[in-house]
Amino acid sequence: MTTSHAIETVGLTKAYGDQQVLRGVDLVVPRGTVLALLGSNGAGKTTAVRILSTLLRADSGSASVDGHDVATEAARVRASISLTGQFAAVDEILTGRENLVLVAELRRLERPDRVADELLARFDLVDAAERRTATYSGGMRRRLDIAMSLIGDPPVLFLDEPTTGLDPQSRNEVWRTVRELAGHGTTVLLTTQYLEEAEQLADRIAILHEGRIIAEGTLAELRQLFPPATVEYVEKQPTLEEVFLSIVGHDTALSQGDQR
Amino acid sequence: MTTTVGHVTSDTTVLLKRSLRHILRSPDTIITTAVTPIAMLLLFVYVFGSAIRVGGGSYVDYLLPGILLVTVASGIAYTAFRLFTDVSTGIFERFQSMPIARSAVLWGHVLTSLVANLVSLALVVLVALAMGFRSGAGLLAWLAVLGILVLFTLALTWLAVIPGLTATSVDGVSGFSYPLIFLPFISSAFVPTDGMPGPVRWFAEHQPVTSIVDTIRNLFAGAPLGSTVWVALAWCVGLLVVAYGLAMRTYRRKIA
Repeated sequence: MTTSHAIETVGLTKAYGDQQVLRGVDLVVPRGTVLALLGSNGAGKTTAVRILSTLLRADSGSASVDGHDVATEAARVRASISLTGQFAAVDEILTGRENLVLVAELRRLERPDRVADELLARFDLVDAAERRTATYSGGMRRRLDIAMSLIGDPPVLFLDEPTTGLDPQSRNEVWRTVRELAGHGTTVLLTTQYLEEAEQLADRIAILHEGRIIAEGTLAELRQLFPPATVEYVEKQPTLEEVFLSIVGHDTALSQGDQR
Repeated sequence: MTTTVGHVTSDTTVLLKRSLRHILRSPDTIITTAVTPIAMLLLFVYVFGSAIRVGGGSYVDYLLPGILLVTVASGIAYTAFRLFTDVSTGIFERFQSMPIARSAVLWGHVLTSLVANLVSLALVVLVALAMGFRSGAGLLAWLAVLGILVLFTLALTWLAVIPGLTATSVDGVSGFSYPLIFLPFISSAFVPTDGMPGPVRWFAEHQPVTSIVDTIRNLFAGAPLGSTVWVALAWCVGLLVVAYGLAMRTYRRKIA
């Protein structure tokens, strides 16, 4: 299957026993764009990501990533992707630096130490580099997790619910990273159940519901599917999040949060 | 992309280094592996030993081979546990989604198991030596003992891979090794099989532990090996082949 798109799926289906999780997923992600796969819990987001990252075989349909068929050219697909799963998959017994070096060695990069140093600096983990990751906070683990995924500069990145369970500061940090990656031309498919996250990060949004993509497009396109907005005047109250961030101080809280 | 033998080797080396580091950071796993067999050694030699007649020679000489097998049986529980931890924390899936030789993920754990078990075995032998174990075996005989123990460890390790991949809880993962630890009790490991009642004796003489224990004992004693050594080797290799096959089948189901 040759295609100019980074990710393309046609009629993907997957069932676990009697339970039909995917009922024919058609999806196209152009190169260098960020697509948010939006859906509630159990909508099949993780299943779709697992199929695209060669961890699971679809029952029917086809999918290609970076021009390679996920079923027949799995090894090539794996060379093109990185997966950041729903739970930060870091080695808890190793230190942050050792985790990065491990992945760099497995990707056969030259100078794994230098790769690790660069990422530690970029993800603000220098101070924690020599500590076992078991002592890291949730946000730090997630940052390390994403840093590990970036080793080797894979052109396609899967982020499965990257901010679930993170505090607002860590979440903003992850968002900043995703935006940076998108700026450098990496194709990102991220799953989320948060509407705001999709709004903030995605070029295009696909809504997965009961195993099918029921709507897909840019935010503006999706908005047009709804009745025209009526103008109402509502007093703008700060959201609790804005209050929280302004009280704890956005940037200082970020660095303090890192030290937990 | 062809996965060459070179890739399997280099990926396995990286992953072996990783799990050996795990063991170095929790050396208690090697010590607890050795504690149960050492406790059995002390208990049987100093408490029950006086009531057990094993023909000529000291009881510790008689007992050690069986205790070595108990050591391996308790050691592989940690292999299953380490694999289970990788699966449940998601690091297993991270490796699976990376462009590495897929079999390397298992081989890293298997070779780590071998190293850890050999260290535990060495600890047990040292304690036995302190308790008066003596062997007139030459270098060749010691190497033969080592070879049999390596085969036995590999066979049980591949067996341990199966619960490591499939277990849903920590209890399930460690539970599988209990029957293996107790199998030596119904064999010639602790007492000669002569005194056992018919069916028990039949089982004891036809299960793998007896032939392996007898072979190691003969090697230590410098006694003629006879045909037992072939039975022992057949058991070890047979178990290894079957366990490897089953583990690989489980693995393939798991990853695709």
